[in-house]
Amino acid sequence: MYSRTYRLLVSVPPVLWVALFLLFPYALLFAHGFWSVRDGVIVHSWNFRNYATLFQNPLYWQVLLRTARIAASVTLLSILLGYPLAYFLSFHAGPRKELLYQLVIVPLWVSYLVRGYAWKTILGSDGVLNGFLHYLHITREPLPALLYSPFAVVVMLTHIYTPFVFLPIYASLEHIPRPLIEASHDLGASGRTTFLRIILPLSLPGLLAGATFAFVLSLGDFLAPLLVGGSSGTMIANIVQSLFGAAYDWPLGAAISVCILLFTLAILGFSERLEKRWSFE
Amino acid sequence: MNSRSATSRVLAAYAALVFAFIYSPIAVLVVYSFNRDGVGGFPPRHFTFDWYRQLFSSDTAIWDSVLNSLLVAAGAVLVSLLLGLLAALALDRVDFPAKALFRRLVLLPLILPGIITGLSMLMFAVFARFERSLTLVFLGHGTALISVATTEIFAGLQKMDRRQEEASLDLGATPWRTFWLVTLPNLRLSLIAAGLLVFTLSMDEIAVTFFLIGSDNTLPLEIWGRLRRGITPEINAISSLILAASVVLLVVWYHLRTRSERQ
Amino acid sequence: MTTPPSIPDRAAPGGTLLEVRAVSKGFGSREVLKTLSLEIASGEFLTLLGESGSGKTTLLRLIAGFEQPTAGEIWMHGTRLDTLPPYRRRVNTVFQHYALFPHLKVSENVAYGLQAAGTAKADIAARVTEALAMVRMQEYAAAKPAKLSGGQQQRVALARALVNRPQLLLLDEPLSALDANLRKEMQSELKSLQREVGITFLFVTHDQDEAMALSDRIALLRNGGLEQVASPREIYARPATAYTARFIGQTNLLEARVASGVASCRDFSFPCAVSDGPALFSLRPEAISLGDDTRQPADAIRFCATIRQQIYSGASELLELQTANGAILRARIPSAGPLSGSYSFAFCADDAIPVRE
Repeated sequence: MYSRTYRLLVSVPPVLWVALFLLFPYALLFAHGFWSVRDGVIVHSWNFRNYATLFQNPLYWQVLLRTARIAASVTLLSILLGYPLAYFLSFHAGPRKELLYQLVIVPLWVSYLVRGYAWKTILGSDGVLNGFLHYLHITREPLPALLYSPFAVVVMLTHIYTPFVFLPIYASLEHIPRPLIEASHDLGASGRTTFLRIILPLSLPGLLAGATFAFVLSLGDFLAPLLVGGSSGTMIANIVQSLFGAAYDWPLGAAISVCILLFTLAILGFSERLEKRWSFE
Repeated sequence: MNSRSATSRVLAAYAALVFAFIYSPIAVLVVYSFNRDGVGGFPPRHFTFDWYRQLFSSDTAIWDSVLNSLLVAAGAVLVSLLLGLLAALALDRVDFPAKALFRRLVLLPLILPGIITGLSMLMFAVFARFERSLTLVFLGHGTALISVATTEIFAGLQKMDRRQEEASLDLGATPWRTFWLVTLPNLRLSLIAAGLLVFTLSMDEIAVTFFLIGSDNTLPLEIWGRLRRGITPEINAISSLILAASVVLLVVWYHLRTRSERQ
Repeated sequence: MTTPPSIPDRAAPGGTLLEVRAVSKGFGSREVLKTLSLEIASGEFLTLLGESGSGKTTLLRLIAGFEQPTAGEIWMHGTRLDTLPPYRRRVNTVFQHYALFPHLKVSENVAYGLQAAGTAKADIAARVTEALAMVRMQEYAAAKPAKLSGGQQQRVALARALVNRPQLLLLDEPLSALDANLRKEMQSELKSLQREVGITFLFVTHDQDEAMALSDRIALLRNGGLEQVASPREIYARPATAYTARFIGQTNLLEARVASGVASCRDFSFPCAVSDGPALFSLRPEAISLGDDTRQPADAIRFCATIRQQIYSGASELLELQTANGAILRARIPSAGPLSGSYSFAFCADDAIPVRE
């Protein structure tokens, strides 16, 4: 039905654009990882030295581990907050379900920066939280380690990603046909058994999607540490960012980025395969 | 039946706590934008509009950055809608080679951490000897957000009745005419929704922008710069305004969505 | 001739299994069931028949435990049933769209109820195999529901319910999603299965042919109330009300005036045993035959009518008749070739059944 001109007209421009402005840049990043810097200039001699540096220097491993730990904490906490919320909305909220859903979505539209800034003002030693605790005479001295710590990064990122984790979990819970739950009760299973054997397994694909999203994006976040992480809360992306800034070493930065990229793609691929296995259509 | 209502109550309480966690920072932000004694400490006393006044009267840098953000967002919307429309049509109607690869590639900027996409584009800019500037930023946003537009428009295409196009061709209209008079009007709501979404995401974008920006700041980067220097309630004020604007946009988006569903 | 029965048929011998006592159910301002009472006998195949909105599915769900009655009680074997949650009732349901658990294999689906009851593992395996063999699905034990056809899923759903040896099996229009041929096949399978297993079946359908084919008794529901409960033959031959006569099979409703044991319609009169006054009679089309049919007794009631329409259906045909006074009647006769014009028709007075309303 569609002429050759039509087909070329619609498919060629986007493919060309994406190849040029997306594929080629990613390829450039990859290539830079194999180059090096000498006397402030990037030299295009191909070698593995950057990756060697990466694997041998314990500093990088330390930061990498901390980053993984933070990302894992954020993912876990987001699930602990998001899953019961989604469950409550889907099964116990009745007619107010739609309104409550909108209320969960609204914060997603509030700027990342704005929310991060809010936590900065809350967690500081003259921040709102310390003031609040002091006002209630719960503490006499301000708690020091709230801000500029991995803890603050975890809190901020959990705040950002809980709605993101909530969304696919809620969608998959809503997707469960209600007769399945009635059938489970009909066959003699209590509420608890029904949850463990029917609801939870059927909501796993959504859970997995949300968790992957939160983990991958937390892993590569460099803004949250800059805002609230301090020196003890630095993450791997900050190292990359500084290598592209003051500590001028683009190739090394590119090498680390490629590692992050490959690791991310691996997690995404693994997650996708799991999702396919767990989706029962 | 008793255990069900007990479970309900526990869940409701937990849900309330989660809502409190999600909303209290936002509430704090807004409340303290009206606090004379600045950000921090508790409780806030001395209500004032001063910070807003300062924002509107003497702070020109902020409004310059707002304008820049708007320009960038407009550019991003243009790029992503145009390419997104073509891509959606292509995905829907054409079997081109590497279709699956294209789909994945175009999604990458959304699921990879922004730093990776930002750095890649920076390297490309250096390679092409393109200056870091607002132009580069909107090209970057537009490219990264193509898949957002594509997804939305593709959904609209699927919902559309194919036979309208067939009827148009049957009645003698050329494919070009059919596109303008039949296809495009049907996609109107999808295009608007996609545009709104891209606009919002572009206005808030930091990670990619961070590496592509030149000397002119967008709003998030302007705020970012100030945050590095120190905290003032003026930032609360502008943040509250951003929040208000986001909510308004959300309501508009929601109305458009329900209107399109009703059709 | 008897007066029309006004009390619901008592449950057949075998003992009463389930008693629905004056149960009402409303949703908001809508009253779906209105003080309905019904007894179900042990071992019988009872069908709840009715249009959509008649309350049959609601009644089923009340017995299953997914809804609570707003008034009245349900008792099973001398114990109060409606206060128990569904997972404590010895009642199992076969759902309309099967509701098989998509993430569990067929064998795991069937084992689900036994596991919930804490049955020993060895027993579970044996009983699952037995149940699957009963519905001829043993070779699919390791398959997932998504891979099965509609009919196969239905049989698994049946096995999953029956393996628990419930006292009562509820079937919520289980065959409505199947195509016509498969439906007929499943109907006879269900019937023989019920006979074999001996469990009481409560079957819901809106299809009267299905109800007639399968049931020991039919309970016809209308607007939340029980219109009539009787065996298929009884309900067809002796409908209690005009609604029943029209819902099940086809009929001619004759408006007559009775005086001293004679019912007078516009075109004919016949003897009856109804008290004086206006009355309504149901006359099945197959009871009317052509006047020259030699099988008619001498005292058959005769009348003349013109044939307006002749609808051929192979073995028999349906004639639409118009009498001299303009009354429209339908007669079903063995196929007699094309007919036109006026003919004499006859029926036995005994075949005119008095009905209420």
